[in-house]
Amino acid sequence: MEKSLNWREFIITRAIKASGYSAIVFVLLIFIFLLREGLPTLGEVEVSSLLSIRWYPIEDYFGVLPLVTGSLIVTLGAALIAVPFGIGTAVYISEIAPRWMREILKPLVELLGGLPSVVLGFLGILVVSPYLRVLLDLPTGLTAFTGSLLLGGIAVPTVVSVAEDALDAVPRAYREGAWALGATKWQTIWRVTLPAAKSGVLTAIMLGVGRAIGETMTVMMVTGNAPVLATKLGSLFSPVRTMTATIAAEMGEVANGSTHYHVLFFIGIVLFLISLIVNVIASSVVFRARKRAERILS
Amino acid sequence: MFKLLARNRHTVQRIGYSLITLVAVMTVLPIVGVIVFIIYQGGSAISLEFLTGFPYDGMRSGGILPAIVGTLYLTIGTAVFSVPLGIAAAIYLSEYATDNQWTRLIRLAIINLAGIPSVVYGLFGLGLFVLFLQFGTSILAASLTLSIMTLPVIISTAEESLRSVPQSFRTVSISLGATRWQTIRRIVLKEALPGILTGVILGLERAAGETAPILFTGAAFFLPRLPGSPFDATMALPYHLFVISTQVPEMPIQIQYGTALVLLAFVLTMNVIATVIRSRARAKRQW
Repeated sequence: MEKSLNWREFIITRAIKASGYSAIVFVLLIFIFLLREGLPTLGEVEVSSLLSIRWYPIEDYFGVLPLVTGSLIVTLGAALIAVPFGIGTAVYISEIAPRWMREILKPLVELLGGLPSVVLGFLGILVVSPYLRVLLDLPTGLTAFTGSLLLGGIAVPTVVSVAEDALDAVPRAYREGAWALGATKWQTIWRVTLPAAKSGVLTAIMLGVGRAIGETMTVMMVTGNAPVLATKLGSLFSPVRTMTATIAAEMGEVANGSTHYHVLFFIGIVLFLISLIVNVIASSVVFRARKRAERILS
Repeated sequence: MFKLLARNRHTVQRIGYSLITLVAVMTVLPIVGVIVFIIYQGGSAISLEFLTGFPYDGMRSGGILPAIVGTLYLTIGTAVFSVPLGIAAAIYLSEYATDNQWTRLIRLAIINLAGIPSVVYGLFGLGLFVLFLQFGTSILAASLTLSIMTLPVIISTAEESLRSVPQSFRTVSISLGATRWQTIRRIVLKEALPGILTGVILGLERAAGETAPILFTGAAFFLPRLPGSPFDATMALPYHLFVISTQVPEMPIQIQYGTALVLLAFVLTMNVIATVIRSRARAKRQW
């Protein structure tokens, strides 16, 4: 009896430890399989051709620059929307809102995070883009800007929750000190609380931007899918195509193992590396900030 | 002079407060707007036939049963893989792991998993499950892909919930002669259950609404019957909504809104259940 219990315990403990390391295994597996399917690109397509401005796979033009600029311009637009609204909402929830309001707002913002992106894309096609077309007098409502608008909404929950955590983590004594010196609450927010939460707020922005670059369905549905090089800010109001949308739209139609197939995986590698860099930097900022806070408070 | 300055500061505060409040309202109102709008537009499409019938006439008539059932299958399939693995990983991080390089690497890996774009998960699932392991375009391949994507949500919420159980509970249990695993199973897990459940539901909610990861791993454009085994491809609500709103010409708007409403209802129900479990557990908590 005693012995069988020990055996069970031993096996369960082992299984739990193995599960603990599963996340590392999966990240490695994802990277390995992307490399396996994507690296042949470099043998099949010349680098100069990859860096050209023409994406037309049927005739073997695999220039990824239009897709990269497409992703950049849509993401930039999304950040311009998500940052002020996200941080403003975080400040409101954490510093200004009465308790009952907070209890309503937090689940609502969480709900936005849970809305399927395909539903937002659907509304983008049927409601937002016809409206924008008339409002801005454009030939088509399916533009980078439409994508930015909806992507901004998708990135907001990420920005709000991380920024709010950062504001919450600022010790109450900081605020009380400022009030005692005669600062108004408003002055305290801007000159004490936000600067103290600076690194966390920056992390929030980075993670929000990372979320926006990786978003697929919404941008595929509303940005018009035109792989045209975006060179100026005016491109915001014309159709573009992002890296994610290209993969999603074309992978279903390519032959496994073809050059086109390999190039799509190659774009996947680029996206993987972007998210890796964003998240490594963001988490190192968090770690450093926590250490500094511990030093100050001890 | 001082009085004027003081009044100015308070005016600035009043203006600033109104601005920030406006920003928060402008952020939240569209969310409510989207939900109300879809309920309003899609409500009239919902009928017994719509919910239990098969689509016909190039999906322009009939119901969306195969998509509803498909999303159920995918959600259950995702849960089968991600829930045990995710909770076990959370137990490891909260109860066993010490703060060393490896643990930090695990945390970094979890953060990275959470940040990888959903379409990259789709590529990975295609490369590993569909082609390398030869599961084909199937419910199995799609569920496995979705479960790896869901893992970070489940691990981090479950870990947080396990960590919030006071240390004294563990100490008392061990001092009464329980082994470590007995302590975890009968004391820690039991206390942390509502929090873990919340995380699981929120993770599965995300999986149920995802399209990009199942595009090339398990989603079917149209199926005249329900999938019969885990190796069959399946229709799914989010993919179906994508298809009928972009790929099918002259699609009745009614059916589009109806499908969006069913998907939204699916996801919102899970979200509300999770929120209720969490707030109830918080109210009942005695420590």
